[in-house]
Amino acid sequence: MARPKIPRKSTAIDMTAMCDVAFLLLSFFILTAKPKSNEAVNVTPPSSVAEKKAPEKDVVLISIDKDGKVFLSMDDEEQKSRVAETLNNTKNLGIDVKKFAKTEFIGAPFSGVAKVITLPSEQQTDQFLPGIPTDTTKGANELIEWMKVIKDVYAGKKLNLLLKGDNVSKYPSFKGVITAFKRNDFLKFQIVTNPESVPTGTDLWRTSQKGAVAKE
Amino acid sequence: MAEMDTSGGGGHKKGSGVKKAKKLSTRVDLTPMVDLGFLLITFFIFTTTLSQPTGLKINLPKDVDKPEDQTKSKESGTITFLLGKDNHVFYYEGQLKVDGGGNNFKSSSFNGENSIRDLLIKKKREVMSSHVHDSNCEKIRAEFAKSNRTASQQDIANSCLDRDLVVVIKPNEESTYKNLVDVLDEMQINMISRYALVDILEDENKLIKATEGTQPK
Repeated sequence: MARPKIPRKSTAIDMTAMCDVAFLLLSFFILTAKPKSNEAVNVTPPSSVAEKKAPEKDVVLISIDKDGKVFLSMDDEEQKSRVAETLNNTKNLGIDVKKFAKTEFIGAPFSGVAKVITLPSEQQTDQFLPGIPTDTTKGANELIEWMKVIKDVYAGKKLNLLLKGDNVSKYPSFKGVITAFKRNDFLKFQIVTNPESVPTGTDLWRTSQKGAVAKE
Repeated sequence: MAEMDTSGGGGHKKGSGVKKAKKLSTRVDLTPMVDLGFLLITFFIFTTTLSQPTGLKINLPKDVDKPEDQTKSKESGTITFLLGKDNHVFYYEGQLKVDGGGNNFKSSSFNGENSIRDLLIKKKREVMSSHVHDSNCEKIRAEFAKSNRTASQQDIANSCLDRDLVVVIKPNEESTYKNLVDVLDEMQINMISRYALVDILEDENKLIKATEGTQPK
């Protein structure tokens, strides 16, 4: 049967707008992704089954790079300035307090700290910085003093002590760091690791299963 | 679906008399490009929120200089792991005996044969089955019940069974940080509560070096 002919209009939708939105979103996520952190000190930590996330506030982080060099970083700038002032008062190092608070990683013996923080940030990497000496056997474990100053500055305040070591760093540097902790009564700390799933069939797995079942 | 009109304006008039070239349709279908765009977005959404580093909690014991203050451990419940270079790991149970009477210095591995995990599971089972209840048990059970309110009666009764198991970890100067964290991880995986990180003795180090020298790589 003949229907009155309906004039057909084009049903093609112009998709340019959607394309624009898609690319805007993409750019947003690319810029906020930060896949490679261009941190000064590159450390590849080992993985462990620990489940608690590493804290990010009130953190004092000791990093050990692949050559065993030790670096110190703190996230609280105010405390950092206090540390610098204390060091200036007790050891007369002449550190520029403001610059010290802005420096991310400190990795030089006491005598070199003042000079090292004036270097441009491209040079403040684990290639150039010598690291804090931690050789207890030769009596040159400066980290002990650093930890003492940090302990005094943080007296009474909450402090998360983190240790991030590279996979291939050897035991003596770790031992030096542990000695520095023990001498200053820092007996509780956390090792930063990559997450790993609990192997099935082990005791820990069984406990986590029981916990999961109990919750259900 | 999406179209871009690239055929150019059709309204321009070139001078009169110019022959109009035959116009071909140059419509490009952009659907796959939008698909790719969304795929990439999804990828970046997922990679920004995942993989936060975790923290493995460590409690160090205080250094005691007087030997009588150091906590004693039963020889039958002690297993010692020695870490050497190139991911070598050796162990012995109880006291080290390397003499004519017997040699209890053996080698283990991280993920291969006779792995640390297998040894720990076996040792834990042995210790738990041979445990003799003593006066400390009630105290331990009370503490366990207090800190784990959801534990069943069976768990509380069993909580003092592994008290005799002590793992001693002795890394030598050529072992890596990864070896050490892997061993500490095994402590967590096998739920071993009593372990200690101590300095290696000279004799043990010599034994490791001698064994590593002869072992085929």
